[in-house]
Amino acid sequence: MRIVLIEDAMLIEKEQDVVPFRNRVKEYAVKIGMSVVNQTKLITAASELVRNMLKYAGGGKTKMEVISEGRNSGIRLVFEDNGPGIKDIAQAMKEGFSTGQSLGVGLPGAKRLVNEFEIKSSPGEGTVVSIIKWKNG
Amino acid sequence: MKQDISKLLQKKKKNILEDWISLQLADAGLREDLMSNDELREQSAELLDALLQGITGDNLADFNSEGLSPVYEILAGISISRARQGFSPRETGVFVFSLKDAILKTLIIELANDQQALADALILINKFLDNLGIATFETFIKGREEVILRQTDEISEISTPIIRVWDGILALPIIGTLDSARTQVVMESLLQNIVDTGSTITILDISGVPTVDSLVAQHIIKTVAATRLMGAECIISGIRPEIAQTVVHLGIDLSNIVTKATLASALKYAFAVLRLDVKRIQKEK
Repeated sequence: MRIVLIEDAMLIEKEQDVVPFRNRVKEYAVKIGMSVVNQTKLITAASELVRNMLKYAGGGKTKMEVISEGRNSGIRLVFEDNGPGIKDIAQAMKEGFSTGQSLGVGLPGAKRLVNEFEIKSSPGEGTVVSIIKWKNG
Repeated sequence: MKQDISKLLQKKKKNILEDWISLQLADAGLREDLMSNDELREQSAELLDALLQGITGDNLADFNSEGLSPVYEILAGISISRARQGFSPRETGVFVFSLKDAILKTLIIELANDQQALADALILINKFLDNLGIATFETFIKGREEVILRQTDEISEISTPIIRVWDGILALPIIGTLDSARTQVVMESLLQNIVDTGSTITILDISGVPTVDSLVAQHIIKTVAATRLMGAECIISGIRPEIAQTVVHLGIDLSNIVTKATLASALKYAFAVLRLDVKRIQKEK
C-alpha cells in the first residue's frame, strides 16, 4: 500500500525556475532523512527532466509527493508537459541519442539515478514522466 | 444616473484632489525621504486628471474599456517607479486607497439627499477603485521582479573571479549554478585571462556548484575544450563524493579531463606539471 503523505506542485515556465524547483525537492528529501548521495541523485534526475521539459516543451507542470510504503518512504516526482511529445520512446531512452545537440544522457541517466521511472508520450500529446526515489534504495 | 457620477466627480475635482492629498499627507507612512510633497502633488494631480477624463458613466463597471488605458498607464508608471525607489507595498497601496476615501467623501456629501443613488454610486466607485488598487499591485510586483532579475545578472557578473594562484596557474572558483549565460561569462573571462597572463594551467573549482547535471557537465566539457585550444590545460577540482557517484550513474564521460577532489590536490598536480617543488625548509639553528 502506497500512501501519499505530502503533495505539492510547481509550475515551470523559465530557466530561473529550475533552481527553486531543485531546492524544493531537496527540502522534501531532507525532511524524510534521505542520505546525501540519494538526495544528489534525485535532484540531478529531477534537474535533467525539468530541463528537458523547458527545452523541448517550453515548460510544464511538476508534482512532488512524499510517499510511504510499509517502512520505506520516498519521493515521487511527476513532470507533465504539453509539448510536441516523443515519437520513439525507445530511441529517446538510448544512450547518446539527442535531438537537441546535448550529451544525450538526460533520460537514460535519470532512469539510472532513480528507483522507478515511467514515461508516457505520443507525438502531439505531450509527455508525462514520473520517477520515484526511495529513501533507502 | 451613471452619467451623473462621472460629471459630479469632474465638477468636484478640486475638492477631491485637496482631500486626497491631505489624506496622504496625514498618513503616518508618508515617505518624505523618498518623495517631496510637490512631487506627490504632481503625481496625484496627473493620475486624477487622467482618471476623470477617462471615466464616462458606462466604463466605470468595465475595467478593460479603452478610455481607461491612459489611467492604467500612469498608474503603472507610478507604481513601478515607486517600487524602484524602495516604497513598501503598503505605502504604494495607500496612494490609491486614499483616493478612494477622498472620492467617497465627496460622493457622500453630494448625494446626501438621495440614498439610493448614493448606495449605487458607492458600490460602483468602490469596485472601480479596488480594481485600480489591484492593478497597482500587479505592476508594483512586476517592478520588483525587474529589480530581482537585474540583481541576478549582477550576481552572475561578480561571482566569477579569476585568481592568479601562481605564476602560470589560474584558479576559477564557481559558486552557484553553471547555466548557459554563466558559462559564457566564465569562458570569456577565463580565455581572456589566459592570454593576458600567459598561463598554461587553469583550475576550475566546482565545490560551490550544488548540482552537476548533464547540462552543467556539457558546459564544463566545452570550457575545458576551449582552454585546450588556447594551449592551456584545464583541471576540474572540487568534485564531491556524491557528485562523483551521480555523474557516473548519469553516464557522463569525464575521463578525458583531469579531475581532482580538492583545489589543493589540483594545485599540487599543477606544480608537478610545471616542475615546481614545494618544500618545507629546515629552521636554521
